[in-house]
Amino acid sequence: MNNIFVYCEVTEERSIADVSLELLSKGRKLADDLKVKLEAVVIGHKVIKPEALLYPFGVDVIHYADDEKLFPYTTLPHASVIIELFKKEQPEIVLFGATSIGRDLAPRVASALRCGLTADCTSLEIGDHFENKTQTEYKNLLYQIRPAFGGNIIATIINPETRPQMATVREGVMKKEVYSVKYKGKLNKIDVKSILKDDDFAVTIIERHLEKSRIDIKNAQVVIAGGYGVGSKENFQLLFDLAEVLGAQVGASRAAVDAGFVDHERQVGQTGVTVRPKLYIACGISGAVQHRAGMDQSAQIISINTDINAPINQIADYTITGNVADVIPKMIKYYKKNSK
Amino acid sequence: MRFRIIVLAKQVPDTRNVGKDAMKADGTVNRAALPAIFNPEDLHALEQALSIKDKIPYAEVILLTMGPTRAAEIIREAMYRGADRGFLITDRKFAGSDTLATSYALSLAVKKLAPYHLVVSGRQAIDGDTAQVGPQTAEKLGIPQITYAEEILSLDAKKIIVKRRLERGVEVVNSTLPALITVHSSAPPCRQRIGKLLMKYKHARTVTELQNETKDYTELYNERPYLLIEEWSAEDLKADTQNLGLSGSPTKVKKIENVVFAHKDSKILSNSDKDIEKLMQTLISSHIIG
Repeated sequence: MNNIFVYCEVTEERSIADVSLELLSKGRKLADDLKVKLEAVVIGHKVIKPEALLYPFGVDVIHYADDEKLFPYTTLPHASVIIELFKKEQPEIVLFGATSIGRDLAPRVASALRCGLTADCTSLEIGDHFENKTQTEYKNLLYQIRPAFGGNIIATIINPETRPQMATVREGVMKKEVYSVKYKGKLNKIDVKSILKDDDFAVTIIERHLEKSRIDIKNAQVVIAGGYGVGSKENFQLLFDLAEVLGAQVGASRAAVDAGFVDHERQVGQTGVTVRPKLYIACGISGAVQHRAGMDQSAQIISINTDINAPINQIADYTITGNVADVIPKMIKYYKKNSK
Repeated sequence: MRFRIIVLAKQVPDTRNVGKDAMKADGTVNRAALPAIFNPEDLHALEQALSIKDKIPYAEVILLTMGPTRAAEIIREAMYRGADRGFLITDRKFAGSDTLATSYALSLAVKKLAPYHLVVSGRQAIDGDTAQVGPQTAEKLGIPQITYAEEILSLDAKKIIVKRRLERGVEVVNSTLPALITVHSSAPPCRQRIGKLLMKYKHARTVTELQNETKDYTELYNERPYLLIEEWSAEDLKADTQNLGLSGSPTKVKKIENVVFAHKDSKILSNSDKDIEKLMQTLISSHIIG
C-alpha cells in the first residue's frame, strides 16, 4: 500500500499551521495502522526549519517546494506542484486543513486527479467495505466521517475505487501530539522551476491585510457560548461580561453567527472550531449535531435554556431551565460573592 | 460581443430550519418536510452578476442550475430579480452525483455557453457545506478560481480585481478572464424581485412544466419565446455517462446515522438564586473555575 500525505500549510510567520501539525499527528496513527509511511508536503518560501519542526510528528519524508513565487499562497501554482507530485507518488490518503487555503486548494486538486474528496471530517478511521452490488471486498479504506445535511445526520463516506482518498479537517478536531522528538525523516526538494508555467500566475495578489487571530477559543479553559436563543447582540454582551469575570472565551453556535450576533471567528461546531474546555456553558443553544460535534468533548457542560427538552440538555451535566438574560447576571453575582 | 456572466446556483432544502418532522423514524431525511429554497450564497452571487450588469449595459446574466424539474423555480426567481435567462440541467442520469460528477456536468453546460467572461457561484450550498463544486468546475474549465469573493473592485473585458474575505482578513487579487468566482456570505445581499420583471416572466416554464400545465400556452409562447426555459439533458451536453451520477462519483455513502448521543444524568436546576449560588460554589470548590 502507498503512503499517507499531509499538505502542510505555511503561516504568515513562515512556520507550519497548527491544523497541519494536528493532521500529521492523526496521519501518523493512520500510517501505523496501515503500516505505511507519513509524508508531508510543504510549499512556500524560506519556511522556518521545516525539518526540525515536522520530523518529531513522525514524518518520514518532507516534500519541500521552495520558491519566492510560492509565498504567499495562490491557488494555481500550489495546485500544479501538488498534482505533479501526486501523479508521481500515488498517495493512498491525503489530508488538508479545512482552512481558507485547504478548502480552496483540495477541490482543485481532487478535480484534476479525479478522486474523491470529503470536506470537514470530524473523524477518520480505517475500515473495510463489502459492495453487495458487485460482490467486491475492499480492505483498509479510509472512513471519512462527517455530519451532513445541516448537521442532522452523520455520514460515513468512502472512496472504494479511486486514489488518493482525500479529506479536509477543521482546526482543533484532531489532537496535536509529538510522536517522538528523536524521529528523523528525509527531505525531498521539489524542482519547482520544471513544474510551474506562466498560466499558473493568472491570479496575482495586489494587497493583503491578514491579522493574527485575536480570539483563541480553542485553547480556552472555559467557553461561554451563545445560540440563537440569546436573542440579540445586546444580550450577547452578558456572555462577554461573564467571560470577563471567569477569564473565559465567548463562543457561538452557527445560528447565532448567521443572525449576526457575533463574528464568525467565534463559531463552535463542525463548520467552526472544535473545543475541549474544562467547562462549556451553552446559553440558549438548542444543540444541533453540527454544534455538538464541536463541543461534546468538554469536561463539564452547563446548559441554560428555556426549553427543558432542548437536545443539548442530553449531554449537559447541569441544566438550568431559564432565560439567559435572567441567569447570567445571577452567575456573575454569585461567582463574585463566593470566589476569593 | 456581449459580456457574458454565468451564475451557477442550486435549489436546496432549507436545512437551517429543520423541524421535528424533518427526520424520519429510520434516521433518514424527510426531504418533503423541508422547504426548497434558493441557496443563500448563490443569491449573493446573483447580486454580484446583476451589479455588473448595472454598470455594463451590454452584460448578460445567465442562470445555470442542475436539479429536478422543480429547480426551475430558482431560474424564475433569478429572472424576477434581473437575470436575462436560464437553463435547467436535468436528467435522471445525474442522480446521485457527488461534487466531482456535478462539476463535470456544470462545466459541460458552461462550455456550451462559450464564449463567456465570468462564472459566478456561491461559496457553498447549505445542504452539504462542502464548497467544492466551484473550484472543481473551474479546474474542469481550465480557468482560474477566486474563492470567498466579497466585492468586485474593478472589471474590464480582460481582467477582474476582487476583494476576498479570508479567515483572518482580506486579500485583493487580480485575475485574467475568463475566471470563476465563488461569493462569500459577507458580500451584499441580493436585490428583491422587480415588479415589472415578475409580470414579464411569471409564465416562464420549462418544456416539462408546460406539459404538466392544464392551460394551453402555445400562443403565448409563440408570441414571447423568451418565456421558454431550456432544459439540457446528458445527451444535450454530450456527456460521457461514465462520468455522471453514481458511476462518476468517487465518493460513496457507506452509512448514514441518526445522531444518538449518550445521555448524561443531567442535574436539573431552576433559575432561582439558591440553585445558581450552589452551582457556582460547586464549580469553584472543584476548581473548574476560579
